[in-house]
Amino acid sequence: MSAQPPYFGKLARYYLWYTGCFALFLVAVALLEQEGMPRLWIGHLFMFATIALYAIIGVICRTSSVTEYYVAGRRVPAMFNGMATAADWISAASFISLAGGLYLQGFDGLAFIMGWTGGFVLVALLIAPYLRKFAQYTVPDFLAARYGGGAGGRGSAVRAMAVGATILVSFTYVVAQIYAVGLIASRFTGVDFSIGIFLGLASILVCSFLGGMRAITWTQVAQYIILLVAFLIPTMWLSAKHADNPIPAVAYGSLLPKLTALEAELAQDPREEQVRAEFRRRAAEYAGRVAMLPESWETGKLDAQRQLAAARARNASLTEVRQAERALATYPNSVDEARSHWSELRDANLARARPPEPHAEPFPGATKEESDQRRNNFLAVVFCLMFGTAALPHILMRAYTTPSVNDTRVSVFWTLFFILLVYLTIPALAVLAKYDIYTSLVGSDFSALPTWISYWANVDKANPLVSVADINGDGIVQLAEFAIDADVLVLATPEIGGLPYVIAGLVAAGGLAAALSTADGLLLAISNALSHDVYYKMVNPGASTQKRVTISKLLLLGVAFIAAYVASQKPADILSLVAAAFSLAGSTLFPVLVLGVFWKRANHQGAIAGMIVGFAVCLYYMLRASSALGGTLDDAWFGILPMAAGVFGVPAGLLAVMTVSLLTPPPSRGSEGMVDYIRAPE
Amino acid sequence: MTPLKPTDPTLEHDARQRTAAARALHWERSRKMTLLLLALWLATGFGTVFFARELSRFEIFGWPLSFYMAAQGASLISLAIIGFYAWRMRRLDRDARDAIAAAEAPR
Repeated sequence: MSAQPPYFGKLARYYLWYTGCFALFLVAVALLEQEGMPRLWIGHLFMFATIALYAIIGVICRTSSVTEYYVAGRRVPAMFNGMATAADWISAASFISLAGGLYLQGFDGLAFIMGWTGGFVLVALLIAPYLRKFAQYTVPDFLAARYGGGAGGRGSAVRAMAVGATILVSFTYVVAQIYAVGLIASRFTGVDFSIGIFLGLASILVCSFLGGMRAITWTQVAQYIILLVAFLIPTMWLSAKHADNPIPAVAYGSLLPKLTALEAELAQDPREEQVRAEFRRRAAEYAGRVAMLPESWETGKLDAQRQLAAARARNASLTEVRQAERALATYPNSVDEARSHWSELRDANLARARPPEPHAEPFPGATKEESDQRRNNFLAVVFCLMFGTAALPHILMRAYTTPSVNDTRVSVFWTLFFILLVYLTIPALAVLAKYDIYTSLVGSDFSALPTWISYWANVDKANPLVSVADINGDGIVQLAEFAIDADVLVLATPEIGGLPYVIAGLVAAGGLAAALSTADGLLLAISNALSHDVYYKMVNPGASTQKRVTISKLLLLGVAFIAAYVASQKPADILSLVAAAFSLAGSTLFPVLVLGVFWKRANHQGAIAGMIVGFAVCLYYMLRASSALGGTLDDAWFGILPMAAGVFGVPAGLLAVMTVSLLTPPPSRGSEGMVDYIRAPE
Repeated sequence: MTPLKPTDPTLEHDARQRTAAARALHWERSRKMTLLLLALWLATGFGTVFFARELSRFEIFGWPLSFYMAAQGASLISLAIIGFYAWRMRRLDRDARDAIAAAEAPR
């Protein structure tokens, strides 16, 4: 910072103006809402205004210089680099689903808070400053220079593998971001899902296509400000309402004992027990049907046909006939389908038959073993998220953009600082929303349900995001009769708290900013790996700088369209892989990055072995233990979840680097010299 | 490193050795600090989770201790670790630069 005080001051002035204008915009829309502007228009206004804003910043920051395009000219002040990295980091999943996840999982969900923040210690202490000292452009650059080998000692093999890992990890992640953009756009503006995707894509492209790292850095700072405001306003409102203190992260401590008392009361409540008994009965019924397969499938089918015939024969009302028709149409097609479908329903009903778990209690379990198992999985998830964080290429490439090594260290501090402004509030929101729902919704009358419930229940009819049904027929809402999806909580918070619709629009804009900023960074990481590492370093080392930037821009366009196309297919299997991306990144890249700095003896052969073994162990475990990928949890090692495969992958990678390095000749003098250089003070 | 031309070859040799020693000391110190901070990070993050059930009996600012550590404490300690590291490394870098400059200065 001290190197360029005038530049820093100018930037600070710009962004203060920007924040002021944004506040005015909010006030103006709020006034328009008072005057009766329809909801849909507010949604449109927020969506198009913010996307246009990001595009304008992209146009202003357009560039065709190599250092500007790849590393923003290496002159981003530490604080702004931290802010941009924070936006890069806070993905659609953190913004939209994390608070909902904490609401549903209680203590277990905190693994994500710990993992996604603690990983920055590894980034700051072990990797980022050394990358900055090295001062090139990408993560594969560093690995290739450090490990050398291959044709002409240029490290092509190491580079190619690092590029592969970068692309694999970033691509699954970017598809999820673009998917989220489509989801938010379609819910708040009513446009079609795929149109929403391409609208979001347009803004990503204008920005990163024209200005590369330089444009996305300044856009991400703008996006961070929007997402912070969008997350804090409704949470502060809830906090002031329930805890008389507008700072949620401080206030919710006083609510926790009250919440625990409410939970204990609800667990004993006889009406709640009635509803739970009904769910148990339904679960038992499905269990009985599964046990009686295949006969139960045939009798069930006959029953459904008979009911339809009976309804038609006695001239029943149209809705009754429709219902019978639908029951027959959705009846499982085969015995196998029936088995999986009914088992799923049995488990879902069983889950709802359980009394609420105490929110603040760590690892509740019937037995000591069950509780220990939950603790071990918590630790494993934290481990994977931390080591994955320290190996995600789109975060690490940020280390190159600051003016000095010291600025890189300071910038990681600011990154975590700005992430924590949001992340310390997320557990607070979960507790506040839970308290609100337990006190105002539970026990209220079915005839007077709040409007947000019917609104969100109707958004996706096939898999309702919110559902309330009077199971025991007493006309009063019981907690067990209410179910909410993790993705809805944040988007519905303004309405749960009774705020005007303009805040709901703001929250949607915040979610959009979170998804777009992360997608920007990821796309740039992919296209840089392809253009700089593959094209320039491996295919055509003689390319002019002009040509390199042009190629990079074209590749970005191509990758963006492929990612958007994949996202528009709504690929459930890719989305489930996102959590796995952290394990894969950690297992493949973390060992070579860290040993490259801290162990001089690590050599070319060791690096290749480490990347292969880390990746293979991680992938093997996921295939073995994940039911989505064709394995079963019964095959899991120590009962560790497949998502936390990095627990095995990272140590395996480290071991492989060490063993193979020691069995093969030491690295060249050049590699050693480079290690000395990156360790030396600036 | 600025090129310099000491007249006496033995002096040049001495200067080079002193520079190497200064660098080695800098690396030794920063490595030790990194290890210490990582140990602290491990204890506050993984340690408090491992003993979360035992720690939930205690209270801090109204929160159960284990919940507070997982939701806020561990993250805030991480932030403090990174901040301390950046501050301390700047001083170590400066000391090492001074030592190297002194070693290379013709006497």
